[in-house]
Amino acid sequence: MIEIHNIQKSFNGKKVLDGIDGVFESGKMNMLLGASGTGKSVLLKCIVGLVKPDVGSITYDGRIFTNNKLDIKQEIRRKIGMLFQGSALFDSMNVNENIDFPLKMLTDMTRAERRERVEFCLKRVGLEQAGKLMPSELSGGMKKRVGIARAIAPHCTYLFCDEPNSGLDPLTAIKIDELIKEITEEYDITTIVVTHDMNSVLEYGDNVMFLYQGKKLWEGHSSEIMDTKVRELNDFIFSNRLMRDAKKVEQIEEEEQREEDQRQEEEKNRNK
Amino acid sequence: MEEAVLIGINSVFIVAVVSTFIGAVTCVQISYNLNNAFIPRSTIGFMVREMTILEMAPTITSIVLAGKVGSNIAGGLGTMRITEQVDALEVMGINSASYLVLPKMLASILVFPMLVIIAMFLSILGGYVAGTLTGALSGQEYITGLRSSFIGFNITFALIKSVVFAFIISSISSYKGYFTTGGALEVGESSTNAVTNSVIALLIADYVCAQVLL
Ligand SMILES: Nc1ncnc2c1ncn2[C@@H]1O[C@H](COP(=O)(O)OP(=O)(O)O)[C@@H](O)[C@H]1O
Ligand SMILES: [Mg+2]
Repeated sequence: MIEIHNIQKSFNGKKVLDGIDGVFESGKMNMLLGASGTGKSVLLKCIVGLVKPDVGSITYDGRIFTNNKLDIKQEIRRKIGMLFQGSALFDSMNVNENIDFPLKMLTDMTRAERRERVEFCLKRVGLEQAGKLMPSELSGGMKKRVGIARAIAPHCTYLFCDEPNSGLDPLTAIKIDELIKEITEEYDITTIVVTHDMNSVLEYGDNVMFLYQGKKLWEGHSSEIMDTKVRELNDFIFSNRLMRDAKKVEQIEEEEQREEDQRQEEEKNRNK
Repeated sequence: MEEAVLIGINSVFIVAVVSTFIGAVTCVQISYNLNNAFIPRSTIGFMVREMTILEMAPTITSIVLAGKVGSNIAGGLGTMRITEQVDALEVMGINSASYLVLPKMLASILVFPMLVIIAMFLSILGGYVAGTLTGALSGQEYITGLRSSFIGFNITFALIKSVVFAFIISSISSYKGYFTTGGALEVGESSTNAVTNSVIALLIADYVCAQVLL
């Protein structure tokens, strides 16, 4: 579980994050939803410590991360896996070496153990055959899979994904979302996913936080998001035509249901 | 170590070509300017040796390497920065600056002197070939010139310079690359800046070295 309290961050006098609180539970898909440029990536970078927040505190399972001693920070970081927006694979290494890298650097596993772990992780993300390929030879979806494999290789407790399905075709996007969710539940990982994709929120999200211009405007379970009264969130959800249509269908169905109820009522009255 | 091999192998060809021709050109020009019956022809060999060892081999080689190694380092680090590979290292709890930059600096410091030694040999050889081909002096005279009043410290001086240059080029280029922000355009900008800044700093250092050490 990760807790953040009153995170504020400005760049050149411009407030990008304006006092964000939140709790991210373990074994759940915690989603950060928002339009481009609202500070989602900056918030994620604050949480993992790539960007230092001006104000605010972050705790990992009760252990303070911000402003703590370097060795405690490093210890927490070793449990963090991160999937970057562009995958950020090391392009001088092949897939196997990429996944092996954190194991080599951060653990004292033997060569054989590492090889086994790399194989396992590759298999877990469905890329048994790709070990010898270089990152430049991979498709976008494969890169994300390798990124996930690299993130989970050292048995991470916390997983951060920055727009895991941006730039992918819808089918591949769903597969990546699915994979992240499976892994999250399987290993009881605290996962935070940054996204602007309503489809993945509705389909795979558990807890959702909606950011708008650096502020948290809504928070709740993904199943409640369609009933929101927050105007900005409504605008965001229904900017998509499919979503609008879905809402219309829902309204029509509701109306039909009401008429049906009325008819039955009248019938009952008549029968009396 | 890998880095060293990479820098060395990737640069040895260009260094060889440049230094051979520099030696040849130096020899031809000196013989043109030394058209005097009272000066023995072997002086040409002596002067080629002095010029190449003291100045041409270390400085020209380093300028060539500033273009090649400097842009390579800055471009590589810049790309790693903008594609978030540097962030990926940091998230793993690895100190990205020392992990990425130190090996490059060490490799440069190791490899530059080797390339400079190669450059010395080849430019002297280039001078020999040019001198005998143009008939400016005989091979025997050239070798006599090479052997006359040899000062061992000059070689040490050249190697010290090459180490200083290696340090300058690799640190400036690493700095420019590591602190790239933006996109592909800025990566190109960083490499260009890395090369121009390195060359200027290198020439200043060349002057300082000459003042202090000679
Ligand atoms: N390192 C930085 N320096 C200055 N401004 C930045 C920096 N990083 C992000 N920003 C600004 O912060 C805002 C939010 O960016 P970001 O978090 O990347 O948005 P998104 O929600 O699309 O991920 C943007 O306006 C961006 O220009
Ligand atoms: Mg972003």
